[in-house]
Amino acid sequence: MFDEGQLAPGTRMAASNPLQMSNSSTSQAVRTENLRRYYTMGGSIIRAVDGITLTIERGEIVALLGQSGSGKSTLLNLLAGLDRPTSGSVQVEGRDLARMSSEDLARYRRNDVGMVFQSFHLIPAMTITENVELPMRFAEVERSERAQRVRESLERVGLGKRLEHRPSELSGGEQQRVSLARALANRPSMLLADEPTGNLDSRTGEDILNLIRAVSLSLGMTVVMVTHERALAERFAQRLVFLGDGKLLSQEALA
Amino acid sequence: MKGYDLLDLAVRNLRQSKLRNGLTTVGISVGVASLVAMLSLGVGLQQLATRRLAGSGMFDTVFVTSKQDFRGFDREQDQKDQHPENAPVLDDAARDKMTHLQYVTEVEPEIRVMGEIVYGGQTHYGFVTGLPMSARENEAFDNLQGKFFSRSDADEVILLNDFAKELDPANPKALIGQEVTLRYGEHQPLAADSDTSGRLSGEQSDAGNPNAGDSYGFSVVRKTQQLRVMGIIDEEPYGGMRTVSRGRIFLPVDLTAKLNMAEFSDMRSSLRGHGRTYMTLTVRVKDPAKVAQVQDAIKQMGFRTFSVLDATKSLRRFFTVLDLFLGIFGSLALAVATLAIINTLVMAVLERRREIGVMKAIGASDGDVKRLFFAEAGAMGFFGGVLGIALGFAIGKAINIGTGIYLHNHQLPAEAVWIMPPWLIGAAIAFSIVVSLLAGLYPASRAARLDPVQTLKYE
Repeated sequence: MFDEGQLAPGTRMAASNPLQMSNSSTSQAVRTENLRRYYTMGGSIIRAVDGITLTIERGEIVALLGQSGSGKSTLLNLLAGLDRPTSGSVQVEGRDLARMSSEDLARYRRNDVGMVFQSFHLIPAMTITENVELPMRFAEVERSERAQRVRESLERVGLGKRLEHRPSELSGGEQQRVSLARALANRPSMLLADEPTGNLDSRTGEDILNLIRAVSLSLGMTVVMVTHERALAERFAQRLVFLGDGKLLSQEALA
Repeated sequence: MKGYDLLDLAVRNLRQSKLRNGLTTVGISVGVASLVAMLSLGVGLQQLATRRLAGSGMFDTVFVTSKQDFRGFDREQDQKDQHPENAPVLDDAARDKMTHLQYVTEVEPEIRVMGEIVYGGQTHYGFVTGLPMSARENEAFDNLQGKFFSRSDADEVILLNDFAKELDPANPKALIGQEVTLRYGEHQPLAADSDTSGRLSGEQSDAGNPNAGDSYGFSVVRKTQQLRVMGIIDEEPYGGMRTVSRGRIFLPVDLTAKLNMAEFSDMRSSLRGHGRTYMTLTVRVKDPAKVAQVQDAIKQMGFRTFSVLDATKSLRRFFTVLDLFLGIFGSLALAVATLAIINTLVMAVLERRREIGVMKAIGASDGDVKRLFFAEAGAMGFFGGVLGIALGFAIGKAINIGTGIYLHNHQLPAEAVWIMPPWLIGAAIAFSIVVSLLAGLYPASRAARLDPVQTLKYE
């Protein structure tokens, strides 16, 4: 397969991946084909994702909407390379995640995607700076370069103070900003957000979404966000994708 | 992930639960300390035994006897020699030849004769033996009162404390510097033509023997010699293991030769008709490692030899076995500590499930997670090892102080029975790290196998 080891950390796959040309048009960031993810639970099969075919353009902001149990989080995890499909393919920048080794998937998560979670998932024992620095440790970014990149990421999300504080000393909105800064640390080409506003009040949630949108526009970053708040999604996303029982119900492009 | 980041994260994680990891580290250190204490004890005892043997001056020495003389120390060697009567004798020519062998520093006869010391009008009997100047190095002379011989043929004498007490029960020390009279039997060979006349005493060989002088026989003539008492020693030299040890009156060896004292073996030499011979020659070798080589060379000359090399071989084997048992004993505590590491790390994996999931989500590979837990185990092993060395050192000091007090109470000089060689420090820390890494195998692979989707799902 394609040897990623030769790439410098943080290099965009889009710029250098020769495979993408043969598989899809150059503007496609994500393409899933008949994607399935089944679980067995207590003897019965749960079809969390059941034959989804979906294309996402590069730089597009997409909201995945649906009831809980509709499969939107599972789909997001499949896009993130945290989970593997039962069948079908999930191609990101022309590379099929289903066929990548776990080592390659880790590298993909490290360099090509950033993740933001509902409950932030910051490491409580680490300071803000250290939390943002953590992905760079895995990406083996030179130590001399890190401080500057941490600052850059934090500035992008509007945090310049209390950098040596622990996450618990920050408000929910601030914590989510740190989480976003961490997701941006390795300069990914795609941001995956799992209910990023779920633990925030509506005003703070809106601020975060606007921030994500601004970052996406300035960096040309693809954004896939899971949410169940349609109103919020309508104001924020360029396209809404509705899921139900693991199936793609409908799509709606917004102006 | 780079080594620096790995260690940094590992140490940071260890500090997160100070009490638990601290206790585990102390557990490791107790294990390491017991191992180190046991092995150091083994090393110390071995060095003590070696020191004792080396102090006896036996390590660099080969004893040579003629196969004509009575059966020696080595039965196997004796049985191979069917005709001892044809074996070479230990005469001056043989002595000279041995002196010129490579690595030989000294060849001295073992002279031991009956004598008398006259002092204050009283006569005291005792065995007289001749000591070479090299005997000064022997541990028996460590506590010498007075001085050693000034020359190898000086008219001087050193007495055993017991004998000195016989001469002057009130104040044996006062003997030092005094003149005493030695009465002994002088060996006077017969003239070649004297076998029909002037036989004064002693034995005589066959009349038909063509050899001259000693071959015919000798006289034992009473003589006296004035000697100055130079010193007094408490113990027999060479740990009482040599012929010359078993005396109470010690003369410089060349003086005994000069005085030409009649020895017991002279009679046998005379009967056999081959002139004056030595009963035993003591060959000193420059380096204990060359003893075997010199021993072989002398065997080639047709003599019977003995050295303590054979004795030390079995001694070394004994200590190898002892070290092994002490090591196994000491390892038991470390084995228990290993379980503590496994337990601590498994707990940490359970506690940090979510954190592991997060790390994987932001780009940590299974290998990174595994290495992180390995690094934590290794760090605990390292700190435990260092702490254990310190603890072991303290235990060892306590053992040494304890034995010192015990020996002192028994009027014995203090001995270090516990010695920590430098290699053991490095080896113990390395061993501690390796054992900890092995203990980390299971928790690390368990952490690496965690499914991030599952760990991130629930709050």
